[in-house]
Amino acid sequence: MNDAVGIGARVKRKEDRRFIIGSGRYTDDIRHDNQAYAAFVRSPHAHAKVVGIDASAAEASEGVVAVLTGRQLVDDKIGNLICGWAITSRDGTPMKMGPWSALATDRVRYVGDAVVAVIADTPALARRAAEKVVVEYEELPAVVSATRALEPGAPQVHDLAPGNLIFDWVIGDEAATDAGLRQAAHVTEMRITNNRLSPNAMEPRSALAVYDPAEGHYTLYTTSQNPHVARLVLSAFYNVAPENKLRVVAPDVGGGFGSKIYIYPEEITCLWASMKTGRSVKWTADRSEAFMTDAHGRDHDTVARMGFDKDGRITGFRVDTVANLGAYMSLFSSCVPTYLYATLLSGQYDIGNIFCNVKAVYTNTVPVDAYRGAGRPEACYVIERMMETAAREMNMNPAELRRRNFITQFPHQTPVIMNYDTGGFGAGLDAALRAADVASFPARKAEAARRGKLRGIGYSCYIEACGIAPSAAVGSLGAGVGLWESAEVRVNPVGTIEVFTGSHSHGQGHETTFAQIIAGRFGLPMENISIIHGDTDRVQFGMGTYGSRSGAVGMSAIVKAMDKVEAKVKKIAAHALEAAEDDIVVEGGAVKVAGTDRQMLWHEVSLAAYTGHNLPAGMEPGLKEDSFYDPVNFTFPAGTYIAEVEVDPDTGVTEVVRFTAADDFGTLINPMIVEGQVHGGIAQGIGQALLENVVYSENGQLMTGSYMDYAMPRADHVPSYTIEHTTTPCPGNPLGIKGCGEAGAIGSPPAVINAITDAIGNNDLQMPATPPVVWAAIRAAARPAAAA
Amino acid sequence: MAKKVPVQVTLNGEERAEFVESGATLLNALRGRFGDTSPKGGCHQGTCGACSVIIDGELKLSCLTLAEACDGAEIVTTAGLATNSAMHPLQRAFAEGFAAQCGFCTPGMIMAAKALLDQKPDPTREDVIEALSGNICRCTGYEPIIQAVLAAAAASPHKAA
Repeated sequence: MNDAVGIGARVKRKEDRRFIIGSGRYTDDIRHDNQAYAAFVRSPHAHAKVVGIDASAAEASEGVVAVLTGRQLVDDKIGNLICGWAITSRDGTPMKMGPWSALATDRVRYVGDAVVAVIADTPALARRAAEKVVVEYEELPAVVSATRALEPGAPQVHDLAPGNLIFDWVIGDEAATDAGLRQAAHVTEMRITNNRLSPNAMEPRSALAVYDPAEGHYTLYTTSQNPHVARLVLSAFYNVAPENKLRVVAPDVGGGFGSKIYIYPEEITCLWASMKTGRSVKWTADRSEAFMTDAHGRDHDTVARMGFDKDGRITGFRVDTVANLGAYMSLFSSCVPTYLYATLLSGQYDIGNIFCNVKAVYTNTVPVDAYRGAGRPEACYVIERMMETAAREMNMNPAELRRRNFITQFPHQTPVIMNYDTGGFGAGLDAALRAADVASFPARKAEAARRGKLRGIGYSCYIEACGIAPSAAVGSLGAGVGLWESAEVRVNPVGTIEVFTGSHSHGQGHETTFAQIIAGRFGLPMENISIIHGDTDRVQFGMGTYGSRSGAVGMSAIVKAMDKVEAKVKKIAAHALEAAEDDIVVEGGAVKVAGTDRQMLWHEVSLAAYTGHNLPAGMEPGLKEDSFYDPVNFTFPAGTYIAEVEVDPDTGVTEVVRFTAADDFGTLINPMIVEGQVHGGIAQGIGQALLENVVYSENGQLMTGSYMDYAMPRADHVPSYTIEHTTTPCPGNPLGIKGCGEAGAIGSPPAVINAITDAIGNNDLQMPATPPVVWAAIRAAARPAAAA
Repeated sequence: MAKKVPVQVTLNGEERAEFVESGATLLNALRGRFGDTSPKGGCHQGTCGACSVIIDGELKLSCLTLAEACDGAEIVTTAGLATNSAMHPLQRAFAEGFAAQCGFCTPGMIMAAKALLDQKPDPTREDVIEALSGNICRCTGYEPIIQAVLAAAAASPHKAA
């Protein structure tokens, strides 16, 4: 073991140097000699027929290489974009997937829908020519609200989806749940909206497509969280290039948060355009294009009813949700409001009866898909707003109401598929209560009142399902892919190690944490271990990084490959040292006969594997092992978050003054990196609760298309955080890891809103709680008619 | 072709001259003509700070600065801070303090921090927060960045330049 760098060590990041000296290599930093640039002509209408396209002026414009339309794309048999997870409605019918061409042919369905691509010598010339493309539209009525889209007579987004209904899906026992609600001594009912967000990775999406006519080979450098999935989809469904002739490279990627899982029209078009023009073709979004085209997140409208018996135990939980999926079904859009949402509605609580109905709806807005948390923040927000509200209505302590309903025995089968393998919810709550010094809250509230501030406290006990996911299980639920992960551990003749992983790092620090588990186990220096990812030519296959899966699934694959390496190393050493294989141990960079002074150094065994001079009979030379690891279950990170806010009653301005997180992520490989993930997630959750909101006008114009209109959390918006950990190791994977990437964004919004509603004495508050919203809620609470 | 204009600058201490497209932003000129990709294009609208550079001692957004207006100027970017592979104290503080995750906002953050410490070598926490409030980071939640800037100030008082 090498404890200084092994599991649990706060090792400084290997990847930081290049970022900090300005040498990070992101897609837009890569340049090719004959590079041309794409600019997209986008629909200015939320809904319209494309009547005609006149590209003659653009084609004659300076520096233009090609002007490409959807018609040409269809003629070249480029396939429509697809959704890769099949959902079946309660009546047995399949979900209704409307056609989505990378460039629109006859109809546009949201502002920003790509219609024409102009390829030119420079970005400026491409944009100038794009402005000369004349597209004639016949405007159609548009609909932006999902509940409005379900009403009779609403504009129809796709002809094949009557009433704009994509699917009408259910989970759980409706009759038993309704019976549980009827028997309840108290029923809490709320209408809860989960605001639409734009993920806003700081690096805008970018693609550089390089076609090599000599080999008929394509290379795509792109901002992807999962380059292998991109290659699979680009070849198998979009027919852009054969899989064996397509290399996808995702170099340094500047944040993803879900938005870089999907394969968008721009990547498809750049590849196709590179083949058609014989030029390398680059496109990089500006921020307004990002707001207009990156998949959005959330956008749920929910009515929830939760029943309690006289002792405060939950008797039934019914949730009816309308999920806005935007104008087209993005790659994983269908599983977000279903299997990543409703399956988590049991929260940390022992609930016998749960029923959920989800209606997924087309609207004339940007497609909606997974954004940090993906379904689980929506579930957590519903549950935890309900619990806090119910406690207030029943005059119970909100922490105690939760504790009374906690699941305490594991494994626990919920009524909504998930089987929680382990957890310690009471311990998490206790840790948070202690760290937040809740006992002294009344004194802090009184002190704030003397300063004219309204101080409130709010709780959130979240659970999520990570480690996505057991392939057979998700296959039975409609997934079009397996969700295992691969790893290959190559020990070089000199003993250095290269690990090829199908996970992708875009800020998570894999180059450090993945190396730690090897350095720690074999007792090797960190600098002798390289982590290689993000290139389909170097890594055979992988499913990429999302759903907090790279630790629980990606690192498990590395452990499995390391097991095989260690087994071979032991055989080689046992043979060379004339010892029994069972007596060999690997530690401190040496391969030893236990209890003796006989040993070979790690690099001596590595070299022996490659010289092949003295190997056991029948053993192949070399030292390289791989693994495809398929998880046995989801993992279940959980914890308690406590927010304290101060509201200025005169302005409605809310300040989050304290924020305490007590998380159970199972084993921590690098606590420093885990804390960074929690910090960033909480900041995004505070952003959702207080600031961020995608707004469309009634006729479908995007009103929040820049950072002047869409408020991002900045350095002066977030508190310093108190972070605690409790630990119940995950029994389902070799390292005991649960995952930590999304918890902060999942657990924090309800804690903040519960704190504000506590402060202002009005529970009728939706996100984002901007100053005017909070100010109005304070005024409403002050009116006698509205006083509760 | 669009008219090209000569631009002569001192970039990270080195005399450089390039022809740039008239109307090009300094960000595009630095990245495209001068080969310095350390300033990043996060918004191209002057709202995120990723493109921050120091021009004649002042913190500027290179995406809102005309390249041709910089003729004769002295420009410092994050790529110019390390000397002979020794990192600048701010860069060391960022590395020690885990102040970068995806790294995309990092060069702009370092420029904003440098401009602050050049003016105010011993800043308060509030000074740092204000100085960084024009720079968006989506990964870190800001706290490690704030701490790193304070640590750099504490480690090299009055020598931040």
